[in-house]
Amino acid sequence: MDISVFQITWFVLWGVLWAVYFMLDGFVLGTGFLAGFLARNDTEKRVLINAVGPVWDGNEVWLVTAGGATFAAFPTTYALMFSNLYSALILLLFALIVRGVSFEFRGKIDNSTWKKAWDSAIIVSSFLPALLFGVAFGNIFKGIPMRNDFAAINFSYDGTLIGLLNPYGLLTGILFVLLFAVHGSLYAAIKTTGDLSKRGADLANKLWLPLLVVAVAFLGYTYPATKLYGNYLETPVLLIIPLIAVGSLLLVKVFVSRGSCHKAFLFSCLTILFVVFTGVTGLFPNLIPSNIDPASNLTIFNSSSSLLTLKIMTVVAAICVPTVICYKIWVYRIFRARVTNEDVLGDSEAY
Amino acid sequence: MSVVTLSQLQFAATGMFHWIFVPLTLGLSIMTAWMETKYVTTGDETWLRMTKFWGKLFLINFALGVVTGITMEFQFGMNWSEYSRYVGDIFGAPLAIEATLAFFLESVFIGVWIFGWNKISKKTHLVSIWLASGATNVSALIILLANAWMQKPVGYVIRNGRAEMNDFMAVLTNDYGWIKFVHTLLSGYALAAFLIMGVSAWHLLRKNENDFFVRSFRMAAVWAFVASIGVGITGDMHAVEIARVQPTKFAAMESQWETKRGVGMNLLLFPNVSRECNSIEEICVPNALSLLAFHDPNAEIKGLKSFPPELRPPVLPVYLSFRSMAGLGTLMILLSLAGIILSRRQRFIEYRTFLTLMVCAIPAPYLAEQLGWLVAELGRQPWIVYGVLKTSDAVSKSITSTQVILSLIGFTVLYGMLGAIDIFLLVKYAKKGPDTDVSSIINVQGRG
Ligand code: HDD
Ligand code: HEM
Ligand code: HEM
Repeated sequence: MDISVFQITWFVLWGVLWAVYFMLDGFVLGTGFLAGFLARNDTEKRVLINAVGPVWDGNEVWLVTAGGATFAAFPTTYALMFSNLYSALILLLFALIVRGVSFEFRGKIDNSTWKKAWDSAIIVSSFLPALLFGVAFGNIFKGIPMRNDFAAINFSYDGTLIGLLNPYGLLTGILFVLLFAVHGSLYAAIKTTGDLSKRGADLANKLWLPLLVVAVAFLGYTYPATKLYGNYLETPVLLIIPLIAVGSLLLVKVFVSRGSCHKAFLFSCLTILFVVFTGVTGLFPNLIPSNIDPASNLTIFNSSSSLLTLKIMTVVAAICVPTVICYKIWVYRIFRARVTNEDVLGDSEAY
Repeated sequence: MSVVTLSQLQFAATGMFHWIFVPLTLGLSIMTAWMETKYVTTGDETWLRMTKFWGKLFLINFALGVVTGITMEFQFGMNWSEYSRYVGDIFGAPLAIEATLAFFLESVFIGVWIFGWNKISKKTHLVSIWLASGATNVSALIILLANAWMQKPVGYVIRNGRAEMNDFMAVLTNDYGWIKFVHTLLSGYALAAFLIMGVSAWHLLRKNENDFFVRSFRMAAVWAFVASIGVGITGDMHAVEIARVQPTKFAAMESQWETKRGVGMNLLLFPNVSRECNSIEEICVPNALSLLAFHDPNAEIKGLKSFPPELRPPVLPVYLSFRSMAGLGTLMILLSLAGIILSRRQRFIEYRTFLTLMVCAIPAPYLAEQLGWLVAELGRQPWIVYGVLKTSDAVSKSITSTQVILSLIGFTVLYGMLGAIDIFLLVKYAKKGPDTDVSSIINVQGRG
């Protein structure tokens, strides 16, 4: 088979891995930075943390996999994406590190100052990744100021951390924050009981309108700010992807106002998946465009691995990814019950 | 300082910090699984209490292993982008495979194990700890095969301005990697066993839960002894392999300056790098080095002077690290042997000096672990991929030294704080001792 078949396969997988990561870690991040608003006392905070406890690490591994897959399938993109965005990624790393240990450390000492400190840490370290991922993807959709000469193996970049905070990047950042906020509140609604659950549903209901406004603004601003719509104009059937995203977002509202939070959560999953697919489809065949020189775009063709490596990785992915999905579904089923106050008070292993 | 030096410092600091937690994860996860197996097969409640107590320490340690690992994954692209671009065709695959094959299993089933005590049956719970600990061991294999490729590159061609894979099997069956794997894995088992012995000794000195801790000690002593012997054997195999494929590293490990046949080994030796000789050379065992390295008493050993200075690794740290690691390894064999013998005796808990010694021995394997990586990584310099790519050519071009200084300061502060908290918690929970009441679990699981 021709190498381009594998390059396209890996482009699709690349998009799927990022989308699934955002769908899964989205609700952990959202629940995390909203924990301060949703929970009224220590027990309720613990209920929220324990609602994400069994799954957060497994969800974060999708990020490790997305990173690893970029490295294996498109090494040049991995190299330039990670080094060009150095400072933003360092901030992201620090936040992810703090978030991970907060869950583990918070409950280990019974002292209110200690717990308060970790509560603040959870809020900041969950908010920051949501915003930074949005800003980073906004800038990827828009293109970054790099000049790449592939034949001479000469690459340069003249962006800065502040430069990433342009209006389009920030708008995408806000979009991600609101997407995850609604997603996280809905998760809280379906995983807890009583008042806490009701507050989750209410918050999702309230945040929905701002989310819609920002989403519409994003779709509109994308036209002048990026070249994402090019593929859609060329192949109009693709418009089904953003339509599903918008449709799902509307259904979130329908179900949440009817009180069926499980269905609302399902559609908020679909919204996140299809928002990411919308962007990624618009990028094709670029992985990261350059906004100063089209010949410098990092595409799936000029940055991929060799045919052999792509083949090996395809076999690995074909075996592993479905297996992972199966046992993850099994785990979500084991822990499908709502977490109650009694659960966390009676369990010495709980966070 | 240059971007290269700063990035090296940062990679070394973050890697060695990751490596404080990894070996304990490798060893303690398996030993916890072993204890739970004992509980499930015998129904003896003490094994359950052991599982919970040692498992708790394992989890506190595990948290930092996970979060520091993500840093490692990102740094290749952030600081070493020329490296990533040049060898990504080969090196990226193991990292991606590690994530899909091992990290998912490990993280998902750790979650099941922590939160599943009251939700799934005994057997399923046991299976989940074996899956999680098995996965940590698989992840070690894959990442070490990747690292071994940098030490002994195989299965590649230079094409399209980069190294491309042409034989995946050669990468997977790299003997350098398999030796590394066994050496590292066993060193992790030894480290965990020494931790269990040390913590048990601490409680026995206070006559706390004698039965529980004598049992833990006895079990750990056997693990520690077997593992330490294995570490020594595989360490020797390592050295033999290095003498063949990385002569500069071998010469630095032994501080051998002249190229000679039938080289002996000096038990007392101190290098003088500026004069390219050794200032102390005493108690020579004739022909020992040639015998050790090539299993031939008259074999020729290449000295450092046969290589231009810019191709030599930093001799002093490599030499000292290697000697100290091997010394600590020998000490560990002796201590664990004594542990086996003494802990079988009736009067064991009265051997206060020995128990104190075992508490003090907890850091020994930790130190040896760090020294081991220093030998492996510093000894490879100036190459990042031995004989293929220099470290100085591997660094990212688009980052500035200011950026790396800031991130390095950030890592130092953040890791310093987290490390201190983690060690504080480990000590706190180790001192607290096991929970006495496990009936809630038994009640629930009895029904499951
Ligand atoms: C021989 C073993 C070994 C070595 C040399 C390394 N690691 Fe590691 N790593 C592990 C053994 C391990 C582990 C035992 O499997 C960990 C430690 C704690 C844990 O959760 O898994 C882990 C965790 C861990 C994680 C977090 C996984 C999760 O979220 O569950 C990542 C992303 C990495 N590592 C990546 C790396 C990279 C890129 C390394 C090379 C520079 C590296 N590790 C060196
Ligand atoms: C986790 C355990 C590890 C530790 C403690 C460790 C330690 C070190 C040390 C001390 C250096 C030398 C820095 C210098 O030159 O000043 C280094 C460099 C490096 N090592 Fe490792 N290493 C580890 C694992 C790995 C693994 C598994 C890989 C490959 C997968 C790797 C790849 C590198 C790279 C890319 C560098 C930077 C370039 C260089 O200086 O050689 N290391 N590491
Ligand atoms: C008993 C004598 C020992 C010998 C002869 C020995 C030998 C070696 C050698 C030659 C290396 C370098 C491998 C390379 O450059 O790639 C090494 C690495 C290493 N050693 Fe040892 N070692 C011994 C004991 C220990 C002990 C006691 C520990 C820890 C408990 C340990 C942990 C390590 C680690 C973590 C590495 C780096 C990973 C690797 O390269 O395998 N070693 N050892």
